[in-house]
Amino acid sequence: MEKIIEVKNLHVSFKTHNGTVKAIRGVDFDLYKGETLAIVGESGSGKSVTTKVLMGILAKNGIIDEGEVLYNGKDLTKLSKKEMVAIRGKEIAMIFQDPMTSLNPTMTIGYQISESLIEHQDLDKKTARLKAIELIELVGIIEPEKRYRQYPHQLSGGMRQRIVIAIALACNPKILIADEPTTALDVTIQAQILELIKELQIKIGLSIIFITHDLGVVANVADRIAVMYAGKIVEYGDSAEVFYEPKHPYTWGLLASVPDMDDQDNELYSIHGAPPNLLYPPKGDAFSARSEYALNIDLEEQPPFFKISDTHYAATWLLHEDAPKIEMPQSLLKRIEEMKKGALNHGK
Amino acid sequence: MENKDIILEVKNLKQHFDLGKRGIIKAVDDISFKIYRGETFGLVGESGSGKSTTGRSIIRLYNPTDGEVVFENRKISGHIDKDTEKMLRTKMQMIFQDPMASLNPRKKVMDIIAQGLDIHKLYQSDEEREEKVYQMLEIVGLSREHAHRYPHEFSGGQRQRIGIARALIVEPTFVIADEAISALDVSIQAQVVNLLKKIQKERGLTFIFIAHDLSMVKYISDRIGVMHLGRIVELGSADDIYGNPIHPYTKSLLSAIPHPNPMYERHRKRKHYDKTGIDYDNAEFAEVQKGHYVLGAKTDIEKWI
Repeated sequence: MEKIIEVKNLHVSFKTHNGTVKAIRGVDFDLYKGETLAIVGESGSGKSVTTKVLMGILAKNGIIDEGEVLYNGKDLTKLSKKEMVAIRGKEIAMIFQDPMTSLNPTMTIGYQISESLIEHQDLDKKTARLKAIELIELVGIIEPEKRYRQYPHQLSGGMRQRIVIAIALACNPKILIADEPTTALDVTIQAQILELIKELQIKIGLSIIFITHDLGVVANVADRIAVMYAGKIVEYGDSAEVFYEPKHPYTWGLLASVPDMDDQDNELYSIHGAPPNLLYPPKGDAFSARSEYALNIDLEEQPPFFKISDTHYAATWLLHEDAPKIEMPQSLLKRIEEMKKGALNHGK
Repeated sequence: MENKDIILEVKNLKQHFDLGKRGIIKAVDDISFKIYRGETFGLVGESGSGKSTTGRSIIRLYNPTDGEVVFENRKISGHIDKDTEKMLRTKMQMIFQDPMASLNPRKKVMDIIAQGLDIHKLYQSDEEREEKVYQMLEIVGLSREHAHRYPHEFSGGQRQRIGIARALIVEPTFVIADEAISALDVSIQAQVVNLLKKIQKERGLTFIFIAHDLSMVKYISDRIGVMHLGRIVELGSADDIYGNPIHPYTKSLLSAIPHPNPMYERHRKRKHYDKTGIDYDNAEFAEVQKGHYVLGAKTDIEKWI
């Protein structure tokens, strides 16, 4: 498959009053054409910062210490502001969690969509208007002409997110970054937006980076998954590999802490403690302090990626040939077996 | 179920908001339910369903338009005497969604948690006050040192623990948790839910757990009420609601939940809820099985089963 984005050895830090926060500590990943890559992780794991580098919208105190982001042979981290403006929105577009913050409350929906068409595509007002109405229709809103004249507050939350998607798609981007786009929405509206995104992906051949902490949403949208923890990717692979054959203890913890719909008697598995403070990143494996499977070497040295299959890699010393053979917790293993069975029964 | 001890009863509760020219919002419209001592009662529904309003009306943040709330055999809605008010202010407590917004940033954790003690003068000496706060911090999984810090020094999960400590220090018997874990990360949610379950067991607390995350509600609740447009459309045990949903709205809501299981997701079919022909005003709250209630006209319910 063709790579559309390559992120190589990315390091990002933030200067704060208390010192330097090492937010991204060596991240590598590729995005393939037409796929959806889900980046999963908790607050502070660096998933949003990574995508901000891609968009060139890192906060002022953020510094790219090292690494490159290759798009069409260009390193996005080296582009001037002007060059980045040409790419942002036009080639790579982004949608955020709260649609209300991305929309201007004082301007009509129509104006906000046609604005970017006039700016980026040199359309005249009339053509921009027609194209905007077409886009409103594309994202599944009925009576597009009426909505064109309305203001954001006159729309429901789900409809606003559709408008944000319409704006993002206005310039025919190749890549869409969706940062928790459904987190603020009700489940039924969430389902509609996810369906819309998948439908549009097929229609216009988008490549998508989908950021979320909701594992249900991940299972729904992702072709591939990257799990982030404390500024690093700790495991990545095809969706089925990460869900059914997870290898990193953090991934185990994450999967096990979601309540099982069929089991409410047992205590919910929880990862004890909290992520490390990245003002003082640990020397070894950042997860070792919270892992019951930590080895001595975890305190000394950061684990490299170990290959599990051509597509599946995990950074944990447990996969080293000299490490004790440790399987995922029995309860999780049992649950995964049941999940597979349940899915089969459901499918018939 | 019938012989179980009822701690709270909501009778035909209505909570309407008058918006003047723009009409009246019937946020909660004639709902009734009972909560048994020691159980967790889940209220689920989408935004605007009235689930939060219900919680707030129970704890007297709103004055109900009509209907009655009875707690420990005393009426606590509408006009109540000083004595009842006093009992209520300690026995019933609330935990909110956003821990940062509900903690005063200029107060130390000690004073935030002790506020309930201060108001109700529940200690003899300063030492006793401090000791009570320390104990409570330990119960919620924090340590004594934390008492002398400010809210901003804590992570989201820790702040929510502070919110829980503040609610529990006056030794309530009844706690309303309104989206208490929605703002937290997955692994932290699990920590807080386990904590709530443990404290409930140790202290015999009764919970109303209001949330839009249906899988977490299923996990924590004994019984669940599903709300839509100000009504409870279905009520039953957690197993009834998830294993044998009857009302088409419940079915549609459940079918919209994404499961953390890629194979399942590939085949999941969403059910659309079409309210045409379903009139909540001309419906009865019928018991279709023991303890399992559905709102609907008789002919409709027969169709749905």
